[in-house]
Amino acid sequence: MEGSTDTAASEGRSRLGRRLLTERLSSYWLQGAGYFAIALFAFIVLALLYQSLPLLSEYSLVQVLASSNWNPAENEFGFLPAIVGTIYVTALTMVMGTPIAILAAIYIAEYAEGRTKTLVSSFIDVLAAIPSVIFGLVALIVVVPFVGDYLAPALGSGATGTGIFTVSLVMAIVVTPFMISLAVESLEALPDELRESSLGVGATKWETIRIVLLRAAGPGIFSAVLLGFGRVFGATIVPAMLIGGQTQLPSSPFSTGQTLPTLIVNDFGELMSIPLTQSALIFVGLMLVVIVWLFNFSAMLLRRWLQQRWQY
Amino acid sequence: MTDTALTTENLAVTYTGNREVEALKGVSLEFPANQLTAIIGPSGCGKSTLLKSLNRLHEIQPNVEITGDVLLRDRSVYNTDEPVPELRKRIGYVPQKPTPLPLSIYENVAYGLKIHGRCDSKDELDERVETYLRKVNLWDEVKDRLDAPGAELSTGQIQRLCLARSLAVEPEVLLCDEVTSALDPISAETVEETLADLKEEYTIIMVTHSMDQAKRLADEVVFLYLGDLIETNDTRSFFENPQHERTQQFVTGHTAVEYTESSEESGADSETVPAER
Ligand SMILES: Nc1ncnc2c1ncn2[C@@H]1O[C@H](COP(=O)(O)OP(=O)(O)O)[C@@H](O)[C@H]1O
Ligand SMILES: [Mg+2]
Repeated sequence: MEGSTDTAASEGRSRLGRRLLTERLSSYWLQGAGYFAIALFAFIVLALLYQSLPLLSEYSLVQVLASSNWNPAENEFGFLPAIVGTIYVTALTMVMGTPIAILAAIYIAEYAEGRTKTLVSSFIDVLAAIPSVIFGLVALIVVVPFVGDYLAPALGSGATGTGIFTVSLVMAIVVTPFMISLAVESLEALPDELRESSLGVGATKWETIRIVLLRAAGPGIFSAVLLGFGRVFGATIVPAMLIGGQTQLPSSPFSTGQTLPTLIVNDFGELMSIPLTQSALIFVGLMLVVIVWLFNFSAMLLRRWLQQRWQY
Repeated sequence: MTDTALTTENLAVTYTGNREVEALKGVSLEFPANQLTAIIGPSGCGKSTLLKSLNRLHEIQPNVEITGDVLLRDRSVYNTDEPVPELRKRIGYVPQKPTPLPLSIYENVAYGLKIHGRCDSKDELDERVETYLRKVNLWDEVKDRLDAPGAELSTGQIQRLCLARSLAVEPEVLLCDEVTSALDPISAETVEETLADLKEEYTIIMVTHSMDQAKRLADEVVFLYLGDLIETNDTRSFFENPQHERTQQFVTGHTAVEYTESSEESGADSETVPAER
């Protein structure tokens, strides 16, 4: 009798020991996974930086960033056209996409009901899941002729249809559903008490949305827009298909151009054999990574501030 | 003697979602003006539903059907040209969960005033904000940090802020849904004291899960059970001499020593009263 309680007690103890061991191991494992992400990022940045050094030892940073001559065959590495092209595409896309995304999200989260709501939001989700190369293909058939034959002439431009504006339009179509989905989620996550409190003092639905809900969901909507921004900024396939690669500074939003990612894909195969070109393209990659990182970091700070200011 | 602020006529509410729920099954009630009426009953009996249907707040959910009517000073709340926001200004609502709007303390109170264009100047607005913060005994605690987010206050303070926000638009009736249930005992007491002060001036309809709170605060008590109105009476008679078996069970199930005697008494003669349902 006594012996059996002893075994039971020691069994209990060893079981506890095993559980505590698992506990400790799992926390190490999770910690390891976290540090691995940091290490990976550092590794990527360092690898890119190391491979960029040949270019940076030949030319100064100011030279490559401010020069608008891109001609790797002649050892001319000016990134300005691609930088301007990237800024154009990103800004135009966000200007077209963000207001529509926010309005559509408000409609779906606050106005649409029943079957309409299910239908609309499921289509938005499908659109968000379509690979962007498909949008690029459809755009080649539809948007390019439309811009080339109607829109550009109407605005007094002789553009052929491919170019910065077309890319922006298509990218807006690509990222808007994605931003809508995320923005709807943050609106729907708001507690009903917020709506009841505001309506309960006699506010209208629109006042409630504008003053209360958009603030309360503000940090979430901000993140949605930011993730959209990240996707546009790093977009490769749609710009590569539609921007009509040319290496001069773009003269108008309808003109053809380059973005930083298209620079890499266009010249990747043929020119990588020239050492300095390879270094230049890797430097483009470095710029992309650093800018995205800086952007995310400052966005995190801004988001924190918003969350503090608009907490509920 | 007392006039009636709000009347419900055979009010029935059904949720028609996945599962059909008859939350209210035809309730006719009169809420006296300038008194505090407590609505009590076990959870899920339709207290919140009744409260929200009084100022049509249930309408923000899909799949709700309502029949019957609510009269505010003899005028229908449902069959009227009066826009709903105007109605909700007259019948204010404070939810169960302390909910600051994502605005500063000052802006929380000024919210309704600004929307309804009640104040012509900044000075007047300042003055009103101060008045209502004083009315809920919050002014001294927040006067130095009016620009801080409302959400930075403690939950008890937030609940008083919510009261101030509702009172600022001068409602005729104030609906409060278990406003102390999410609070710690001390904050609950402060909010309760505030309500006790306010009931002199306002018609307050308050849902509560606490019998003791109803006893302390209410002038009238309404008892709901599974969507039916079981009994309504002035607070003293309600607790000392409940008329229905259900009420007796509910009251004795929850009350402490003080009422044991009287409830046993009425428990005894309840056996002669045929059970209603
Ligand atoms: N939005 C809703 N959809 C479906 N059923 C609901 C909804 N809100 C409440 N109910 C149901 O209606 C009944 C009454 O709910 P409620 O009025 O919240 O009760 P109480 O406030 O007394 O706890 C409950 O059975 C509840 O499950
Ligand atoms: Mg309730």
